[in-house]
Amino acid sequence: MKTDAITLRVNGVSHELADVDPTTPLLWILRDTLGLTGTKFGCGMAQCGACTVHVNGRATRCCVLPVADLDGAEITTIEGLSPDGEHPVQRAWKEHHVPQCGYCQAGQIMSAAALLADVPKPTDEEIDRGMGGNICRCGTYTRIRAAIHTAAGEGSR
Amino acid sequence: MSTTERSISWSPALSRRGFLASLAAGSMVLAGRANGLGLVKGAEDLDFEPDLFVSIAPDGTVSILAHRSEMGTGIRTSLPMVVADELGADWERVVVRQAIGDERLGSQNTDGSRSIRRFYERMRIVGATARTMLERAAAQTWGVDPRQCKTAEHGVTGPSGQRLGFGELVETARTLEVPSEDALTFRPASERRYVGRDIPITDLDDIVTGRATFGIDARREGQVYAMIERSPVLGGKVVSLDDSQARAVPGVVDVIQLPDFEAPHGFQALGGVAVVANSTWAALRGRRALRIEWGDSEHSSYDSRAFAKELRAEAQKPGKVWRTQGDVDKAFAEADPDSVFEADYHVPHLAHASMEPPCAVAHVTKGTDGQPVSIEVWAPTQNPQAAQEQLAATFGLDKVNLIVNVTLLGGGFGRKSKPDYIVEAALLSDRLDRPVQVTWTREDDIRNDYFHTVAAVHMKAAVKPDGSPAAWLQRSAYPTIFSTFVPGANEATAMEHGLGFTDVPYDVPSLRVESGRAENHVRIGWLRSVAHIYHAFAVCSFPDELAHRAGRDPYEYLMELLGEPRIMGLDGVDYPNHDEPLDRYPIDVGRLRRVTERVAELADWGKSLPKGRAQGIACHRSFLSYCANVVEVEVAPDGSISIPHVHVVLDAGTVVHPDRVRAQLEGAAVFGASLALYGRITARRGAIEQSNFHDYPMTRIYDAPREITVEIVESDELPAGVGEVGVPPFAPALCNAIFAATGKRIRELPVSRHDLSRG
Repeated sequence: MKTDAITLRVNGVSHELADVDPTTPLLWILRDTLGLTGTKFGCGMAQCGACTVHVNGRATRCCVLPVADLDGAEITTIEGLSPDGEHPVQRAWKEHHVPQCGYCQAGQIMSAAALLADVPKPTDEEIDRGMGGNICRCGTYTRIRAAIHTAAGEGSR
Repeated sequence: MSTTERSISWSPALSRRGFLASLAAGSMVLAGRANGLGLVKGAEDLDFEPDLFVSIAPDGTVSILAHRSEMGTGIRTSLPMVVADELGADWERVVVRQAIGDERLGSQNTDGSRSIRRFYERMRIVGATARTMLERAAAQTWGVDPRQCKTAEHGVTGPSGQRLGFGELVETARTLEVPSEDALTFRPASERRYVGRDIPITDLDDIVTGRATFGIDARREGQVYAMIERSPVLGGKVVSLDDSQARAVPGVVDVIQLPDFEAPHGFQALGGVAVVANSTWAALRGRRALRIEWGDSEHSSYDSRAFAKELRAEAQKPGKVWRTQGDVDKAFAEADPDSVFEADYHVPHLAHASMEPPCAVAHVTKGTDGQPVSIEVWAPTQNPQAAQEQLAATFGLDKVNLIVNVTLLGGGFGRKSKPDYIVEAALLSDRLDRPVQVTWTREDDIRNDYFHTVAAVHMKAAVKPDGSPAAWLQRSAYPTIFSTFVPGANEATAMEHGLGFTDVPYDVPSLRVESGRAENHVRIGWLRSVAHIYHAFAVCSFPDELAHRAGRDPYEYLMELLGEPRIMGLDGVDYPNHDEPLDRYPIDVGRLRRVTERVAELADWGKSLPKGRAQGIACHRSFLSYCANVVEVEVAPDGSISIPHVHVVLDAGTVVHPDRVRAQLEGAAVFGASLALYGRITARRGAIEQSNFHDYPMTRIYDAPREITVEIVESDELPAGVGEVGVPPFAPALCNAIFAATGKRIRELPVSRHDLSRG
């Protein structure tokens, strides 16, 4: 099951992974190998969105994404979304005090950022589609929706 | 905004490292004191520590200990706010530090919606104590009367305008005697800068940037990762194990069979077979390669569908009487048979499904004889003292040698009050002599939870010609939480019945409350609002049924049923009142009426709505607070449901952080929607049939309530519970709305099991 080295580009930095099981989902490489624990485990079957990262700019559930498929891909995690934590989505999240426990919020923010990159002014229906893969057990959905609308407004300024 | 010291971090550098370095000595001393290791203050430690909860460094930094667990309520912010306010500290210069488990701090069991109501006064005393000492230090410095000194904005001002900052007063203040509580004065509300205001939560920046450290993020040098295969049936034991293929998986370090628990299971580790590896993925793959044959247990024949029928029959039979008023039997005997109405309600098992599954890192340290001498754990726990107790019982160690570091919790909802998963990590670390992280998969979590119990409630009333009840009987049957702690316990207790059943607040001439027996077949635990869920479902649905039967408006009928504003006496009833005396926290029907009236007004009750759309109302007292909901539902012709708007009015007495209270009520509506629409755990042949979010769904952004309006009653009454209070009235208000929209009455949750299509 061993493979030759895989090169992963995460948050603009290249990592040479030698001696890695190629079936390993990206989630566990991020968390256990690279120490990027902002991306969370929630279900292990792409049901909850806690593990959402950007792969070549697209929101992707990385708990089921074998690392072997990612050689050369550009991966962005919550740690790399913005250099100073001031991405418009992060700012809007703070303005609306979205998080409760906070566990799912990295995935929510990554989904929202990808949605806004794709659809700068999403309607409620587009938000439903773009964010429907992310569960928040604390129930912050109304604030997530409001924050996305705020971030969309900010993006147009 | 305040800064935060994260109690654990693998990160090589914190952005505020220099700032925090000054705290290290103080926090070490605190940990040392807390563990009785006899550490003495070093020469470099110049902090002023009038109390375990607060210390002030010579640079003026105020450190406040958060001793309750943060699982999303904002408690790590709101209780320190109370201290800062009473102290006169500038929040910008406050650092919140998370306490380890230490019984000297009082209860740390972050459960039962108690943190503010139990510690609001305590935190005021902490702040006032430190302030009094700083004022005395300033007075001594200036040679003036301390009563002429005023504290505000992180400094003390004297009678002629002299001013010294907190940091400048530390050296003198730390030499003074700690004043007695009766020497303290408290700030009037007009001087408060933080209580009642919406301060951003302490962890907000860390959460939105991914730096916040949850239990699953705990990392210790040299740690290994463990996954545990547990019996599908409670109490099943390993008959045979073939671990050869698991051991062959690259990265697997060891396969360890854990000891079986001894009944009652309590908070013990469940047992099973652990695969330990150098990564989580290798542990998962190794676990999948295990070949285990599990034996049967006394619970192997459990079938939740058959059990539901048994419970229903039990609830229909006369049971043990918990409350009685008037002569119910006579009233029913005299009633016209056509005026007697009965309904049976059912709420299935539920799972907590916190987004962060149970997980923990433990490191057992051995003495020269190879025996454990101390254990340190890092875990998302609601109850670090329970973790200490369970570890003490498991390893025979004194609690002072059991250091439980509390991380942020990725949700708790009652699951993380039970430290079984912490014990698992410690058992494995003991075997491997290195730090071990145990992570539960979602499947582990849903199949092996401490489930919310399954309940049947039978309601019966005889109504007068005007539709109001002349006689009222309610009976319940459900496996008790105490089956987790007491072998064979099959009768629910006054505590459980007191959660919204014996205290039914309706003004009826004759009434009786009874309960039957039920055996447990899975681990039973408490889940956000506990027995209030099924009690409120029945107690708040039944009046709606009676109202419609009488052709009355459900809101008007409910208000009439509540009766005159009054303090409800429960003479002779064994009623724990959420562990508070009734004279401090009475059952005030007037307050319940007011939230109900207000929510009807706020939601424009009775407004005209298009076909398929309707409102439902419910009100309920829980955790000493009063809450009423109006849920508006839309049922499409194909039977699919959406929830356009929920209105909530809460009276929780004094409120510290209004925004976090609103957030809890918003969250409770979503939590309530999940359990009402979808919540259903079933068992066949003793094993749980659900496993992950595809078969145990949660509401998502598209099917959760679209708009939630929360109003908090302004009150200076004693603070009461918040975190759980919004859950109980949600399901009945929703089902009352569904009836109004469709004419279909839902008495068995979840809603998704019912066909609501038209035609």
